[in-house]
Amino acid sequence: MTELTELEKVIPTDTIKTDEYLVNMGPQHPSTHGVLRLLVKLEGEIVHNVQPDIGYIHSGIEKMSEALSYTQIPHLTDRMDYLSAHMNNEAVALCVENALQVEVPERVKYIRTIMSELQRLASHQLWWCASGMDLGALTTFFYGLRDREDILDIFEETCGARLTLNYSLPGGVMFDIHPNFQRKVKDFIKKFRKKLPEYDKLITGNVIFTERTKGVGILTKEDAIAFGVTGPTGRASGFSCDVRKHIPYSAYPYVKFEEKLGTEGDCYTRWVMRMDEMWESLSIIEQLIDNIPEGDYTAKMKGVIKLPEGEFYQRVETARGELGVYIISDGKKNPYRVKFRSPGFSNLFAINHIAKGWKIADLVAIMATFDLVIPDIDR
Amino acid sequence: MSISTYMTNEELTTFLSVKFPEAEFRQGSQYLEMIVTNSTLHMVATFLKETRELAFDYLMCLSGVDFPEFLTVVYHLESTSNKHCMVLKAKTENREKPVLDTVCDIWPTAEFHEREVFDLLGVKFNYHPDLRRLFLGDEWGFPLRKDYVDDVHIVER
Repeated sequence: MTELTELEKVIPTDTIKTDEYLVNMGPQHPSTHGVLRLLVKLEGEIVHNVQPDIGYIHSGIEKMSEALSYTQIPHLTDRMDYLSAHMNNEAVALCVENALQVEVPERVKYIRTIMSELQRLASHQLWWCASGMDLGALTTFFYGLRDREDILDIFEETCGARLTLNYSLPGGVMFDIHPNFQRKVKDFIKKFRKKLPEYDKLITGNVIFTERTKGVGILTKEDAIAFGVTGPTGRASGFSCDVRKHIPYSAYPYVKFEEKLGTEGDCYTRWVMRMDEMWESLSIIEQLIDNIPEGDYTAKMKGVIKLPEGEFYQRVETARGELGVYIISDGKKNPYRVKFRSPGFSNLFAINHIAKGWKIADLVAIMATFDLVIPDIDR
Repeated sequence: MSISTYMTNEELTTFLSVKFPEAEFRQGSQYLEMIVTNSTLHMVATFLKETRELAFDYLMCLSGVDFPEFLTVVYHLESTSNKHCMVLKAKTENREKPVLDTVCDIWPTAEFHEREVFDLLGVKFNYHPDLRRLFLGDEWGFPLRKDYVDDVHIVER
């Protein structure tokens, strides 16, 4: 006891203070899932400030698009958010079709919506396995990738690609669906409906998991709107932002589904949102898969597409949130300016606002439940 | 209590042109376009967000465009309560030193979108808290400007 008081005379305990220091998280860090660098200001373990530093894989897609024709641009877009490749293709295709006022065949609408929802499932599966791993549950990685394989096989059979699909083009889709498509999709749904409760059993009810996510990193509804946070992340805060519901496109007007909204806005709600969304996606596909109408898989389009002069904006719901495609045309065969409003870009910058005051391990949980894809941010 | 008042493009034009007679209004292919200069930009933006009948609280998209006449910044706005959308365009006066006021105090998401516009088009934003380049290094030009010379000629238009 005497020793302690001696020490206290030299350094009074009430004045011991840790300095703020900077830590580089990334660009090579397993939990950033890509080349994202976070400059984290810490005091001890407490996060004071997070400044994202981006641009490591900026590929100038907007600039390149200015030199490409409207049939070429979709091929660049699946390199943005590679886990929502089909939705990105579809966004450009819809924007061009609306500008030309082309009505695509019903068959195309059905195929596109089914593919979008399969893509959303594949994306959420990968999110589930990767973010489970971020939070210390390695098993999720094997479970998630195992089930995602079935979807990728369907993609491969349909359009030859597993990741960068290039399936949707202005006017329709590249090829007709494979004769096995409907059977395989139905098999997958049957199988995955049994697997999904397993996911919940493994993680959602787990005590360690709930302790690390409940009440952590709360994003209020007002902040979600102010920072433009969309997708499951925004909906977890109660921001009703599902483009599929508000401005339905393709075959979404024909299906019944629920837009799930959360109230808490914490990491746990964001997690549950995506799990719920997987059930909704399954039900959307089930409503469409048996009713794909007969007909052409593409509308008649000219070889060289020229948009009328003007400005066109198309909003699409990707797996991460709202993707906006803004095309300005001056009547030539390639656009005057293309802007992609990517969901990841807006979502990322809300992290600084909500991570303040939490521990650095919570920052990992916040990043995991934000589901960032870096090429989507850098474009 | 919020009363939802959806306005069509015509109603928006009437409502806004009474308040801002000097602004230019144009009907785009989807949305109403309102064109202002820097002198009224911040005032108009505050009005669009704060007025209960308009309540444009969600800035969907902020893009910089090098139009033949002016370097312009385009704001796509939506009201989450009233469900109407519109486009606000702010044109800069000087091509050599394009300057606009920031709107990131009104819509926080604008802070990083404005940094992107500064990075790729060189538009400066007054009162911006942290105006640095976002993707590219300091030695780069402004690639999305139409007079940008691409040394290796990958992109030509």
